[in-house]
Amino acid sequence: MCVAVPMKVVEVGEFDCVAEIDGVRKSANIMTLDDVKVGDYIMVHAGFAIAKLDPVTAEETLTLMRRIVESEGGAA
Amino acid sequence: MKYIEDFRDQKLAAKLLDDLARVAGRLNRKATLMEVCGTHTMSIYRHGLKGMFPPQIKLVSGPGCPVCVTPMGYVDLAIELARKPGVIITTFGDMIKVPGRSSSLARERGLGADVRVVYSPPDAVGIARANPDRQVVFLGVGFETTAPSVAGAIVLARRGGVSNYSVLCAHKVMPEPMEALTSGELKLDGYICPAHVSAIIGEEGYKPLAEKYGIPCVITGFEPLDIIRGVTMLVRQVAEGRAEVENEYDRVVLPGGNKKAQALLADVFVKADAVWRGLGLIPQSGLSIAPGYAQYDAAKKFALAEPDSRENPACICGEILKGLKEPLDCKLFGKTCDPENPIGACMVSSEGTCAAEYRYGERRPAHA
Repeated sequence: MCVAVPMKVVEVGEFDCVAEIDGVRKSANIMTLDDVKVGDYIMVHAGFAIAKLDPVTAEETLTLMRRIVESEGGAA
Repeated sequence: MKYIEDFRDQKLAAKLLDDLARVAGRLNRKATLMEVCGTHTMSIYRHGLKGMFPPQIKLVSGPGCPVCVTPMGYVDLAIELARKPGVIITTFGDMIKVPGRSSSLARERGLGADVRVVYSPPDAVGIARANPDRQVVFLGVGFETTAPSVAGAIVLARRGGVSNYSVLCAHKVMPEPMEALTSGELKLDGYICPAHVSAIIGEEGYKPLAEKYGIPCVITGFEPLDIIRGVTMLVRQVAEGRAEVENEYDRVVLPGGNKKAQALLADVFVKADAVWRGLGLIPQSGLSIAPGYAQYDAAKKFALAEPDSRENPACICGEILKGLKEPLDCKLFGKTCDPENPIGACMVSSEGTCAAEYRYGERRPAHA
């Protein structure tokens, strides 16, 4: 029930935004987020944007995961 | 799908599992870890992670499916409302099939009741606006992830002067049952903390678990790579004798959570004692509608009685929700209790532990 989908913001209104995933567009309420901008990634749950997704941190996490794997490969 | 597929990379998953096995090799005993969120339970079963974890790790499921822990008596109240002339029941889809003592909302709908599934709570306010001569009731079920959307809809109803809208509120909050379980029979070595509940509440709520009870906590995303990494972080804490709150899912969860959502919850709801199906009453583990918004409280508007929280005595869901037993330990599992005819809490929703075991488990009842 707590699933939330990362969607990219394509339009911003006063209370809502339009966000997109795989070409599907949906409106999401942005009552609980500040400074939502076009190009942001938001996590949408039950029609509400509950958090932003930070792409820089996401890439860092993936890099960290790959590094663990590489150091393992090197050791083997 | 950006930021979903990346965290499902199978080759990377295999390598991270090797890393986990190496870290788990440092344990001198078996570590019992609990995932409290139903979405974690589903992800672990769906991606077959349980069978891939090293033997030093025992994973148990906790009480984190909100539909499962909603008492059957709540469904009875929803049915009572659905039978009233002029009432429209609005709900998320997962409450529709949940059986009450004598019926379900799906059955009532078949008999002519007006029960509508909505994607978002403000949609229910829209239905109220379009039907001014009817009463529209939304079924408020869910944890901190969902409660802000329900609170937001109440605020929108007030702002728009919509007076024929109300919420039958059974919202629950997460850290309290985790603390209740910690002081019970189960000896836990770590909590896989929920992803999107944490996006709202942040890290703070878990600190007593780490500091007072010495239980490592890792906020963990729902994708397979997140879960493997979160479990590795927990096992590393156990191996090193640490008990801290760590955040694996920092691409979404801020340390302080979502302050605006917290303020919205504090405005519309007040904390209250709540009955959890299978677990009983847990102090201050629920949300009630605040006195300032009493006109949107369906229980008050329709003068409903307290829900009856008795359960089928043969069902062991209480022990399953506490992590003490597993679905296959239950005599009813797959025989009289299945997803089409659920007897207990863990089978009523697709995210329940028994429903996940029934659908994805290796020892499905047909082969048992």
